[in-house]
Amino acid sequence: MMMYVLFGYFATVSILSGIFTIALKNPVHCGLSLLSLLLHVAGLFVLLNAEFLFAVQIIVYAGAILVLYLFVLMLLSLKTEEQYLHKKYPFFLFAGVAILAELLILVFQTPYSGAKGTATPEVVLQTGPSHAVGITMFSDYLLLFEIVGVFLLGAIIGAIVLAKTPTGPVPEPTGQRE
Amino acid sequence: MIPLSAYVALSFILFMTGLLGVLIRRNFIIVLMSVEIMLNAANINLVAFSHYLSSMAGQMAALFVIAIAAGEAAVGLAIIIVVFRGKIATNVDQINLLKW
Repeated sequence: MMMYVLFGYFATVSILSGIFTIALKNPVHCGLSLLSLLLHVAGLFVLLNAEFLFAVQIIVYAGAILVLYLFVLMLLSLKTEEQYLHKKYPFFLFAGVAILAELLILVFQTPYSGAKGTATPEVVLQTGPSHAVGITMFSDYLLLFEIVGVFLLGAIIGAIVLAKTPTGPVPEPTGQRE
Repeated sequence: MIPLSAYVALSFILFMTGLLGVLIRRNFIIVLMSVEIMLNAANINLVAFSHYLSSMAGQMAALFVIAIAAGEAAVGLAIIIVVFRGKIATNVDQINLLKW
């Protein structure tokens, strides 16, 4: 019973904050409702026995990525615009709602099944969820882990190169070249 | 026990919200935020299937998605800063230099 209440709360609030994120006019308000969405998705991860992902979601998403967004918003000091929607938005809105309705019907009609793995909740809870994640990551997914590390290094270098202040040729001080 | 289809439906609704945001908003930063919503929807889906099929693979994929999202946010925001510094605009319809 408690599970249902919690799931309903997290699901409703995350959908509402998602809608606010794309509907509010002021970009800072959009960022704050995105924060609410991320926190409630983290709550859903707890319901799904993924404690490590819960922590990563809070620390990396809500703590780092969202602060980056808010920093850029404050840096650019965007004004709230009069016409904030795309010119052809009724067309996109109609297409989106139609696809949404059709696929929701499909989602509820599909019987979900598949081969069960070995990581049942009992096995995972013997050592703790974070321990299980760590063991899996550094055994089966080690190569992917290294690739992600290289990817993040590339992203850091790319961001620095892009956002660096362009410095032209420095004008030489006159009268000192005799 | 909450049915798996409830999680799939929730992630689907969130994904469509993000997709609508990408399509109908003009502000570049809001478009990037909508991409984040879509990545979160995919994460919910991955973790839900990982829980219901008792496998760690979904959680691993969700972790990598979070890492990719961090890189995407950094590079995307750097591009926004460059575009804004060139006094072009922050509206996606006005950034059409590469369009022919």
